Amino acid sequence: MKKSVKKNLGKIKGFSIQFIPYSEIKNLNSDERIKKILSIIFGNNILILQGKLTSNEETRLIGDTMAMIDHIKEFKGIELAVISGDKNESILGKFKKGLANILAGGDLGAITIIGPATIVKDIKRNPKKIELLLS
Amino acid sequence: MVIKVFKNFFKRIFSNIFKNKRDVKLGFYGPPNAGKTSLANRICKDFTGEEMGSISKVPHETRHVQFKEKVEIEYKGKKMVFKMIDTPGIATKIDYEEFLKYKIKKKDSKLRAKEATQGVIESIKWLDDMDMVVIVLDSTENPYNQVNITIIGNLVARKIPVLIVANKIDLAKSDVKKIEAAFPEYDVVGISAKQGKNLEEFYESVFRISKKIQ
Repeated sequence: MKKSVKKNLGKIKGFSIQFIPYSEIKNLNSDERIKKILSIIFGNNILILQGKLTSNEETRLIGDTMAMIDHIKEFKGIELAVISGDKNESILGKFKKGLANILAGGDLGAITIIGPATIVKDIKRNPKKIELLLS
Repeated sequence: MVIKVFKNFFKRIFSNIFKNKRDVKLGFYGPPNAGKTSLANRICKDFTGEEMGSISKVPHETRHVQFKEKVEIEYKGKKMVFKMIDTPGIATKIDYEEFLKYKIKKKDSKLRAKEATQGVIESIKWLDDMDMVVIVLDSTENPYNQVNITIIGNLVARKIPVLIVANKIDLAKSDVKKIEAAFPEYDVVGISAKQGKNLEEFYESVFRISKKIQ
């Protein structure tokens, strides 16, 4: 696995975008989720994930990818962005959304974008949009 | 039975005394080059006469967690003793080539990048140990940075009180309102650590928010 990763990241000629529905990670524990995400981004893919990770999982992802910078050739880290629904929703709206999230098992209205920094130069984010700048 | 009741009573009293006397672990977190060390230095200089760490225009100057024990902050007659913890800036990517722009040699840039990645891991590990955290943001930059949101979310999940500092208000591009709009649920204080502007409001907020420590 490591050998192919090194090979891929050293000679970037292209990339693909993978979309994963939340149902794919819903029943995975944190370790499995992070492992799955890492296997996707190390394959030169930009991941678009329906929903979002927990803040603890996001922090672990940052820590784990930092630890790999020195061990995988040409790997410089990741770009990560999460865009959620409207923060300025009414209390009733928030309640409805919260209930829907509980029933769905996660925030399905959110979208998470994760890509290797060798491909994604920057993610410009504001409350209403995400702009991906590619290398 | 009576002995047991007395034992528990004294145990509770003593544990409360020591709990209240414990120094508050105050962490400084944020992205690289936001001014965490500048603010920590300013506080330490004001109350202990000594600085905490070196500062630089080159990102990732702080690459190890730095401590200052027994910093007694006095504000309007109230006193609190803090253990100050200045952490390396958290980033999702680190490229040694970025340091070459600052005329740092390739070998040194690579070493700096290596230490910076370790610094990020160290900062994340320390999140567990904080009593209260000051998130230092550069008010001239876009606050909608995922690292900021992730770290704040993480602290909230751990029920650690957070104060957001919008640093560098002395610069023309500074926009504190943008930071307030990005984090409407949190206290935001605009300061200039470099020039010591608005630190009174900062200390007031620190004392107020420290009451939320569980």
